[in-house]
Amino acid sequence: MSNGTTRIAGTIITYGFVGLMAFLSIFPFVWMLLGATNSSIDIIKGRMMPGSALATNIATFFTQVNAPLVFWNSAKIAILATVLTLAVSSLAGYGFEMFRSRHRDRIYSAMLITMMIPFAALMIPLFIMMGKAGLINTHIAVVLPTIGSAFIVFYFRQTTKAFPSELRDAAKVDGLKEWQIFLFIYVPVMRSTYAAAFIIVFMTAWNNYLWPLIVLQSNEQKTITLVISSLASAYYPDYGVVMVGTILATLPTLAVFFFMQRQFVQGMLGSVK
Amino acid sequence: MALARRGGIGRYYNVNGWLFVAPALGLIALFMIYPIVWSLWMSFQSGRGMMLKFAGFANIVRLWNDPVFIKALTNTLTYFVVQVPIMILLALILASLLNNPKLVGRGFFRTAIFLPCVTSLVAYSVLFKGMFALDGIVNSTLEAIGLIASPIPWLTHPFWAKTLVIIAITWRWTGYNMIFYLAAMQNIDKSIYEVARIDGVPAWARFTHITIPLLKPVILFTTIISTIGTIQLFDEVYNLTEGKGGPSNATLTLSLYIYNLTFRFMPNFGYAATVSYVIVVLVALLACLQFFAARERDR
Repeated sequence: MSNGTTRIAGTIITYGFVGLMAFLSIFPFVWMLLGATNSSIDIIKGRMMPGSALATNIATFFTQVNAPLVFWNSAKIAILATVLTLAVSSLAGYGFEMFRSRHRDRIYSAMLITMMIPFAALMIPLFIMMGKAGLINTHIAVVLPTIGSAFIVFYFRQTTKAFPSELRDAAKVDGLKEWQIFLFIYVPVMRSTYAAAFIIVFMTAWNNYLWPLIVLQSNEQKTITLVISSLASAYYPDYGVVMVGTILATLPTLAVFFFMQRQFVQGMLGSVK
Repeated sequence: MALARRGGIGRYYNVNGWLFVAPALGLIALFMIYPIVWSLWMSFQSGRGMMLKFAGFANIVRLWNDPVFIKALTNTLTYFVVQVPIMILLALILASLLNNPKLVGRGFFRTAIFLPCVTSLVAYSVLFKGMFALDGIVNSTLEAIGLIASPIPWLTHPFWAKTLVIIAITWRWTGYNMIFYLAAMQNIDKSIYEVARIDGVPAWARFTHITIPLLKPVILFTTIISTIGTIQLFDEVYNLTEGKGGPSNATLTLSLYIYNLTFRFMPNFGYAATVSYVIVVLVALLACLQFFAARERDR
């Protein structure tokens, strides 16, 4: 085979492979969007055209599910978890990077090891703790154990290395206290780091399933993830309605991703370096 | 060392540092360290619900004679052994193809392949359950193009149910790993590839002899992250197989078994804690193993 033919064959294989992978990645989304417009029977039959059942599906979804409440529950948990995690972790990341002291590195390493602790090993003690504190079936119980995140502390410490120490020194000369430097200089300067961390933590909190499944017991407290899971586990699930639910559950994270794609990718990259 | 600490940066030594890190450390101690130690203590106890009594090694003995546990352990390890290598290799190949600046539309391809990471584990499990139903779109498409003669029982046959779980997690996580590799590839000096190309090194050899060795730290990182993720598998299995763990426990994972032991069957916190420690040991063991394997090869 001549060199030219090999190259053309290589190009065809490359595009074929990458194209197929992209198609397979997107297909479930397309199926979900089309599904929301079709009846359950048409979806099962594999109809891949827009249908006329969208209004019916939405109406059924809203009669079966108290959508505004469920959506609000998810949003409340995700935003609360994100704001608190970002505050606590950025303080710690700043502290670990800026202050030298004995045992600092040892404590930091010990903290990083906690990233390896699987949640399954924590859920029973956590459940009992929440029970004793009278917090079962509350959103606080969902949020509390997620705030202290070694991974996000690590992420903030890594990115703090890029924070110019001249700024800090200048502020000290001007007589600012440490907390003022943090609040009025560090936070504004590091806003893109905060943006990236926001996306990561928000998505994790919005999509969290196992812990809310354990802690949230009444329907009034449930999140959208719990609700679509229970819709889909019916003996004969109404797939059109399930699709409306999955779209609503995916929309916020999808929107966050598309609006903040750049920071998101950079945030992921920041954690490798 | 001591000198450097006292001079220069040492001037920052003060109580402020501890104030900054205290909230994070306090929360981690309260919601990670305390529960994990408690759970170790619990694994030596037995009884119903909160009525626990010290039982020595009874729970560990019970593990060996518990066929459901053995099944969950085998399944979990099967997912790990089959899925992690497939996904890492796939992500590496995709990343190196999409790293080529001459590839038209690579921005689109990257976004498309990354998109699954944005969905929740529950949402996509629910979608996959519909797509892979007996009369679902996957079976009907495979039949239409003549790949299979009769529909595959994805959700009801032990082998196919496991396969479906592997397909599902590969779909969700490949793009995630790909992003890490793409990031690392940006840091590789392009001239290395140029020289190799001029010397007539074929593409595949460039991939195995340049890209993979240079990416080793990142590959190690993603492998450990994926290992931890796979060993903890819960959401997908729970939602694909209606919380039962599939046909005759074929897809049951350790996490799902712990959930069942605690919240579905007659609660036995002590035994459930013991099973959870199997996960702790597995994660630690596999992470160490991968770490040392990567180190050995460096020599």
